[in-house]
Amino acid sequence: MNIARDTALELYRVMGTIRRFEQRAEQLFGENKIWGTIHNYSGQEAVAAGVSAHLRDDDWITSTHRGHGHCIAKRADLGKMFAELLGRETGYCRGRGGSMHIADTSKGNLGANGIVGGGIPIAVGAALTAKQTKTDRVAVSYFGDGGANQGTFHEGLNLAAIWALPVVFVLENNQYAETNPVRDAFAVEDIATRAAGYGMPGVTVNGQDVRETYRAGGEAVARARRGDGPTLLVMDTYRYGGHYYGDPQVYRSKEEIEEWRAKRDPLAIARDWILTEKLASPADFDRIDTEVDAAVERGVKFAEASPPASPITLPEDVYAT
Amino acid sequence: MQLKEAPSATREMFYAEALGDALRQELRRDERVVIFGEDIAAHGGAFQVTAGLLKEFGKDRVKNTPISENGIVGMAVGAALTGLRPVVELMYVDFMGLAMDQIVNQAAQNRFMFGGQARVPMVLRTQGGSGRGNAAQHSKSLEAWVAHVAGLKVVMPSTPADAKGLLAAAIRDDNPVIFIEHKLLYRTKGEVPTGEHVVPLGVADVKREGSDLTIVTWSREVLFSLDAAAKLADEGIAAEVIDVRTLVPLDRETILRSVRKTHRLLVVHEAVKRAGYGAEIASLVAEEAFDDLDAPPKRLAGLETPIPYAQHLEKSVVPQVDDIVHAAKGLVG
Repeated sequence: MNIARDTALELYRVMGTIRRFEQRAEQLFGENKIWGTIHNYSGQEAVAAGVSAHLRDDDWITSTHRGHGHCIAKRADLGKMFAELLGRETGYCRGRGGSMHIADTSKGNLGANGIVGGGIPIAVGAALTAKQTKTDRVAVSYFGDGGANQGTFHEGLNLAAIWALPVVFVLENNQYAETNPVRDAFAVEDIATRAAGYGMPGVTVNGQDVRETYRAGGEAVARARRGDGPTLLVMDTYRYGGHYYGDPQVYRSKEEIEEWRAKRDPLAIARDWILTEKLASPADFDRIDTEVDAAVERGVKFAEASPPASPITLPEDVYAT
Repeated sequence: MQLKEAPSATREMFYAEALGDALRQELRRDERVVIFGEDIAAHGGAFQVTAGLLKEFGKDRVKNTPISENGIVGMAVGAALTGLRPVVELMYVDFMGLAMDQIVNQAAQNRFMFGGQARVPMVLRTQGGSGRGNAAQHSKSLEAWVAHVAGLKVVMPSTPADAKGLLAAAIRDDNPVIFIEHKLLYRTKGEVPTGEHVVPLGVADVKREGSDLTIVTWSREVLFSLDAAAKLADEGIAAEVIDVRTLVPLDRETILRSVRKTHRLLVVHEAVKRAGYGAEIASLVAEEAFDDLDAPPKRLAGLETPIPYAQHLEKSVVPQVDDIVHAAKGLVG
């Protein structure tokens, strides 16, 4: 599959934005400006960027506790994201949700989710809406290898399959469920073989190469949009950070992390590909990197200049009236 | 010529039939309404509430599901977030445990967590209670579990007319509503409006007026309390019976107004007493109407055991009519 220059550079820009956002968020956390916890998506950028590139604003996603990347790839506003992390009134959730619950319903983002696997049946429900209202909208559920061992995975995939609902299940195998390595949590080598048990295609994808995630995501989204039903994509990827900010990471070695960073970094792979195919020049990357830095800084500035979320209006959002 | 308001037409219906009538009314009224659950389509539901709906509305709107409680409740959450108005049936309230994450962490909290960006207009219909020998895993009264969670509404109708009107209101509500029927009420009969009928959530109903004590109750214990009130009347005690109908939101004013009149409160429910919803009502009255009371607020509720199987054992753990009479006399005497 040939990817045109504009698409290639946009994929790179989205991945770079995610990487820079996460760096900046950790910095703010270190400055005690972020409360609670954050989960860093760095290392997995090609997954969200490649799949969500095929989604329209009226398509839906469900996301995870490690959700900043999914949110950015669904074209969220960085200022509102930072404002949420900082507990500001201008944040996506007006300070009620924080990192683990950022949602942007105007772009079809049905929310990050603090419950592992919690978003899977919600995406199935969104896909039911698409089918019931006779539209060609699709839903993508992002979840991890941890989520794949929840009951919602089994129930959700089966429900989607029996009704041929337009949903794509994107399993991000980042090698660890919190601290538990995949080899200790699955008795099968190839997780994608599970799809056969539900009667849907299951594809293992190199989640570090955005060409691969873009291609596989495109096929699965197109299949769902045509009304041909769900697909399970198992993205082999890697989480650079710990499970959470400050995780001592006793369950893996520094060498392992360095090897993935050196040999399988999604941004480096994308640069190599784009330069090799002469889709762009190093100057193009410099320009994009500068623009990304500026956009992220604008987001931080907006958040820091925003007023803190007001406790006065808290009860308003409990019930809809 | 004097114009008279035409009496709205009613018909005697079973409680189960009245619920089906509400579903039919709302399915006809709003194409966004879809219903799904286990055995609800061709079979018509374990208690025949959805009988006939498949034929009228087709399998896209009346859907049988696999036995996947957490999955189907989660599917309802997702459908509600994106524009449908799903009514999902859990065959027994005891099965809520299988779906509790989607009920509590997702349905109840999505709107709040998202800063008001979302609405979750879904109804979870289920049924609870003892009295059919179904034993501990199919007989509980679990309303306190859900009444405790901010973001949910909780409805428990006692009569066929309320069942129809409250279910219609629940479906039209923009919030997740846990609608708990009672397995022994399905075959009770009453007059039900045949036309459009909606009973607003959050309005209690004084099912019998009285001046000597206030009995606050819900679901099947409303019927027991009314029987007890009739017996008490024979002995010269006038009990007022308030059916709260919706636990959340709670009609505090109707309860407080009554207690200020009768000066005595007896709360009756089938669920176990410990941490039951009766404690909420007793506390409300103690906090807001303490000076009006002539006796401490009293709770009569289920024993703190699982529901046993054998018929005589089952009856022994939940308040019966004579237990209510006895408790009321103790309070008045």
